[in-house]
Amino acid sequence: MTAIADTHAVVTGRSGGAALRTTGPARHEQLVSWAFLAPFLIAFVLFLVWPIVHGVYLSFTDQSLTGQGGGFVGFANYAEALGDPVMWQSLWNTVWFTVLSTVPLVVLALLMAALVDRGLPGQWLWRLSFFMPYLLASTVISQIWVWIFNPQIGAANSILEAVGLEPIAWLQNPDTNMLSIVIATVWWTVGFNFLLYLAAMQNIPSQQYEAASLDGAGGWRQFWSITLPQLGPATVLILILQILASLKLFDQAYQMLGGVASDTTRSIVQYIYEAGFVSYRFGFSAAISYVFFALIVIVGVAQAVVTRRKKEL
Amino acid sequence: MSTATLSPTEAVTVARPRRARRAHLPGGKPFAPLRVVAFLILAVLAVGWLLPFLWAVATGFKTETDAASGDPSWIGASGPTLDAFSAILSQGNVYIWAWNSLLTSVAITVITVAISAGAAYAFSRLDFRGRRWLFVTIIASIVVPPQVLIIPLFYEMLAFNMVDTYWGLILPQVVAPAMVFILKKFFDAVPIELEDAARVDGANRFRIFWSIALPLSRPILASVAIFVFIGAWNNFLWPFLVINDTTLMTLPVGLQTVISAYGVQYAQVMAQAVLAALPLIIIFLIFQKQIVKGVATSGFGGQ
Repeated sequence: MTAIADTHAVVTGRSGGAALRTTGPARHEQLVSWAFLAPFLIAFVLFLVWPIVHGVYLSFTDQSLTGQGGGFVGFANYAEALGDPVMWQSLWNTVWFTVLSTVPLVVLALLMAALVDRGLPGQWLWRLSFFMPYLLASTVISQIWVWIFNPQIGAANSILEAVGLEPIAWLQNPDTNMLSIVIATVWWTVGFNFLLYLAAMQNIPSQQYEAASLDGAGGWRQFWSITLPQLGPATVLILILQILASLKLFDQAYQMLGGVASDTTRSIVQYIYEAGFVSYRFGFSAAISYVFFALIVIVGVAQAVVTRRKKEL
Repeated sequence: MSTATLSPTEAVTVARPRRARRAHLPGGKPFAPLRVVAFLILAVLAVGWLLPFLWAVATGFKTETDAASGDPSWIGASGPTLDAFSAILSQGNVYIWAWNSLLTSVAITVITVAISAGAAYAFSRLDFRGRRWLFVTIIASIVVPPQVLIIPLFYEMLAFNMVDTYWGLILPQVVAPAMVFILKKFFDAVPIELEDAARVDGANRFRIFWSIALPLSRPILASVAIFVFIGAWNNFLWPFLVINDTTLMTLPVGLQTVISAYGVQYAQVMAQAVLAALPLIIIFLIFQKQIVKGVATSGFGGQ
């Protein structure tokens, strides 16, 4: 295409009208489009699409970090993963963490948002208190909570003793270490859900509250009859985001236990990491990755089914 | 989903409902019992949420002996001291790590926002072959957890010789399909008449994108940028894997490696936690509005 045709295309563009449009402008728009898209698409293919494809390939090989191996082993890695008790245990730990953390992370967030939304003074302070931990790196929250859960000098046991309970070996005890991680995680991330709920509540038209209060509805009544029903879509969104986020457990569990693998806290992501970067078994690690991916996809499909059913009703 | 599909004007108003809401609270009864109860619950929760951090701050100001004594008081027996902070700051690596964190987080933010905005604009305003299925593919990729890709990505970094480089740290973190989705929604809501007027005046697409679409999207761009920045600043797993060179580590990874070296030096560990947290807390205090807005519009930005 010549420079003159180019200029013509720019000037006429889409506003030139359908009648005037020849292949020139359309082709020009194609070129312009790909120019806008190219940087993203290159990164998308290089760092997302290709790794997904290559990961599938790796999962069928016995590739190691050192470049040794690499031979095709068929489904051997998957067979090994599915027959591996450690894989199942870490999968279970991940699901158990998700169950334990999701409920308080949604309910507490709703409670916090509902209270803050009442128009009480000091909004910025509440927002800062609840959201600030979300800004902290996992390294930081891990250190703070390891210190709090320290059996000898930590605040958690000081509180237990103050109310007359026996001290607990929080992170050292296999019965309580996952619970400790859940507590730290709720503290760390509830602020994000809190802000999502707050935004959803503040999108509810104020006229509805005005009308209700003219009809004599009090605060509770307004919350139950106006706020809560309209939070349905937000709750579905928060629930899904939370489940997906919780399934990705790694940072805090790994760091709060000082990088030591514990049977009761090893998450599936931690097992992926251990298989790949501690045992150097890239192929096997890739296979576990896709077992984990399958779990995520199942959650996604379940979510799609549930939301569609809701819409039909 | 309503939170993800705000129009520009809605998005701007999300963050400032305070006055409006207070005005229509049921009847001016500031001491209604319900409000007192709500206030008390809120205060208890807020204290519960602030305490762990304040406790860490207080411990950072103690001597190591006081910190390890198990004495639950806020100020140690020897009084407050800056020893732990100066011990951390005299460790040269902390500055290098902070610089690495800043450099890579800013680079990730700038590249992510730039390439996502370009793609989002094309999907919103331009007509090209394969537009639909390409957009669907990108949206579908939102469900791919980055953790699934660590093995093939690491392998790719080995092949590109990018292990232990800034590029290896930065490039795999710039692909954010959710951001393309959010920005596209936003561009969709910008009135097309503004662009048509510019086109009549002879502006080309790049010019329109740069001088009209981008400036109008400044609030959403800021929100997206802040979220990308927080995510990049706090990311642990990828930097932990791709960087082994101590001088290239980011703050979270660097701090993690020295914890064992500190042993039971609690005051230093807490001082260092506080120092690492400080930049983002300052950013939050400055950009509170945009962050709240960002959460509202980018429900997908979860960690």
